[in-house]
Amino acid sequence: MTEPKKSFFDKLKRGLFMTHTEIIEKMKESLTPDLPIDQSAIDRLEEGLLGADVGAELTMSLVGRLEQRVRDERITNMERLTQVIREETRALIPQRKASTIEIDRAQPFVILVVGVNGTGKTTTIAKLAARWKNEGKSVILGAADTFRAAAIEQLQMWADRVGVALVKHKAGSDPAAVAHDAVAAAKSRNSDVVIIDTAGRLHNKSHLMQELSKIHRVIDKELPGAPHETLLVIDGTTGQNGVSQAAAFLEAAKVTGMIVTKLDGTAKGGVILSIMRQFDIPVKFVGVGEGADDLIPFDPQDYVDTLFA
Amino acid sequence: MFDNLQDKMDRVFKTLRGEAALNEWHIDNALKEIRVALLEADVHFKVVKEFTNRVKEKAVGEEVLTAFSPAQQVTKIVRDELQGLLGGNEVGLALVGSPAVIMMVGLQGSGKTTTSGKLAMHVKSRGRRPLLVPCDVYRPAAIDQLRIVANNVKVPFFEIGENRNPIDIAQKALAEAKTLLYDTVILDTAGRLHIDDELMQELQTIKDDVRPSEILFVADAMTGQDAVKSAKEFDDRLGVTGIVLTKLDGDARGGAALSVKSVVNRPIKFVGVGEKYADLDVFYPDRMSQRILGMGDVLSLIEKVETEIDQKEAARLAERVAKDKFTLEDLRSQLQQVKKMGPLSSLVSMIPGAGKISEQDIDEKAIHRMQAILDSMTKKEREFPQLINGSRKKRIAKGSGTSVQEINRLLKQYLQMKKMMRTFSKGMGARRFGKMMKGLPPEFLH
Repeated sequence: MTEPKKSFFDKLKRGLFMTHTEIIEKMKESLTPDLPIDQSAIDRLEEGLLGADVGAELTMSLVGRLEQRVRDERITNMERLTQVIREETRALIPQRKASTIEIDRAQPFVILVVGVNGTGKTTTIAKLAARWKNEGKSVILGAADTFRAAAIEQLQMWADRVGVALVKHKAGSDPAAVAHDAVAAAKSRNSDVVIIDTAGRLHNKSHLMQELSKIHRVIDKELPGAPHETLLVIDGTTGQNGVSQAAAFLEAAKVTGMIVTKLDGTAKGGVILSIMRQFDIPVKFVGVGEGADDLIPFDPQDYVDTLFA
Repeated sequence: MFDNLQDKMDRVFKTLRGEAALNEWHIDNALKEIRVALLEADVHFKVVKEFTNRVKEKAVGEEVLTAFSPAQQVTKIVRDELQGLLGGNEVGLALVGSPAVIMMVGLQGSGKTTTSGKLAMHVKSRGRRPLLVPCDVYRPAAIDQLRIVANNVKVPFFEIGENRNPIDIAQKALAEAKTLLYDTVILDTAGRLHIDDELMQELQTIKDDVRPSEILFVADAMTGQDAVKSAKEFDDRLGVTGIVLTKLDGDARGGAALSVKSVVNRPIKFVGVGEKYADLDVFYPDRMSQRILGMGDVLSLIEKVETEIDQKEAARLAERVAKDKFTLEDLRSQLQQVKKMGPLSSLVSMIPGAGKISEQDIDEKAIHRMQAILDSMTKKEREFPQLINGSRKKRIAKGSGTSVQEINRLLKQYLQMKKMMRTFSKGMGARRFGKMMKGLPPEFLH
């Protein structure tokens, strides 16, 4: 579980390369040498935060705090200002430390994976499975996305590639029954980890969210206390709607952590700041590429440092 | 929930009294609110800046009209401007060539494969003969997915055989279309990052090879600020001819529509509005502008109610009521109709001014519990509620996870409803009553 810190930082930095060049660099560009920090630098900061999907409300409160501190502390150079920006942003996040998934807490350790359509749930599950398989754990996948065309086939191909078992039913069957059978199979085979894939669903569709609650209940009934983690997969390019997604999935499926995907593009995933602040749901991993090792543990401190590098 | 923009405008202009023209101070304050509304809707910050500057130009010095309040006046300028930017009238597909080729492109997970299926069904319903072609050889089971989609919409599917090169697949599919006289070829390409040079090059090669008459950029309505960068890159390299905005049945305000439109400057040709293959809609700029501004969407609400309510079922129910035969079975069917429209909160959010109704005000769970109780009854009990005695009540309570008290309450409500309906249906024809039935029973809002 413990990857060298540098690896995370480098990968995330690679993924967030555009951010790092943008916010602080642009602030520097707007400054006149030997003159105090002026409004134009603050404006660049505001644009940078907005452009990173931090959201209007949070951006404005951050910028307000910074203006205050620049005045009160007579901050005159960018090095100090960068420090202060990082400080203030970190202060927004309830969890200061990296939050990992401790699969040794239970056996089998059951993980339910949820999210809206197209965020990369199935691919993420494959990466998680590969990760734990490489650590010598026995992993079972449950194909509870029985709705989307070829979703079961997709997970089957991944299971074959990674070399882990898959519990599946026919397309169109009851997803809760699949989840049940996956957990039951893990119990009888003494497996270490069960990861259950679910169909992507828009969080404002109540019947689909109820279905998710049912899956959650069925798992708990088969193995009291399970699922031990319910992971919400959020697309890194998502804007402010991420907040509404987190709220709905938290209510329906008791989400315990997030995975943010597609951070290898130009998106910065700033909406997770709002989500972490409002709901206290930690980000466990971020996806920064197609490869199995491109899913890296998330460290909130490093994320903030990278945003303002 | 966001405040209605109109309410915010009202607050801003409260201090404007008896002036002949909109003054700059008021406009600036109004624009601040508009800016926040647009940013919260995920419109790109640069687009927001250009937009607010434009609105300011139009608004400053404009005469205060007596017919409108200043707030309404500015809101109107904003809406008109936004609508104008989002596009004029409906623009159909340009299907030129035999066969005409439509190329679907976009980021991973935006909904290209599902949209390809919807589009195939759409052109088929207009008398064309489409062929669905899988060009995504990268994502596991992507080809299987399109095959299943094709089968579901009953459109021919191009089997790629041993081919594993998207460029070859596109060429061979075109040749097959010519032989078998398919007039529309839909290429479902793999999702890719706009900064992936190699894969972007692949799309350019396909484009140069098959000369598509439509290159549709498929964009997720939930996308944030990055929409501008990806859309621009796809457009720069391929020359996008239109946009499809997907997942609009979610609750995202969809500012990405404006961002993408402003960089690509091509029409938004379709919007994806549901999980079913028929859920592909033409784009209405007026509705989208209201949605982005958080102003509710009356038209969509009306349309949703109209399409989701089964007309025959409504008529049947009305007749039952008129004959005083409304049973618990009918109540159950009515509840199902209501549920089909989605969560009540999403319906309520479409009503302008209802932005302030908090989610607690809508008792989604009450409906759910009623449904559970009704589901736990036998059909006979629903047809003849008088059968439900004490021991049956206990069984139903157990089956639905409720209590006998709740069942008594439901039975009481049912009798009240029946009585009310009898009174109503007297001076009302069955048809008019059917219309009324579409409305949500007021008990659901407390």
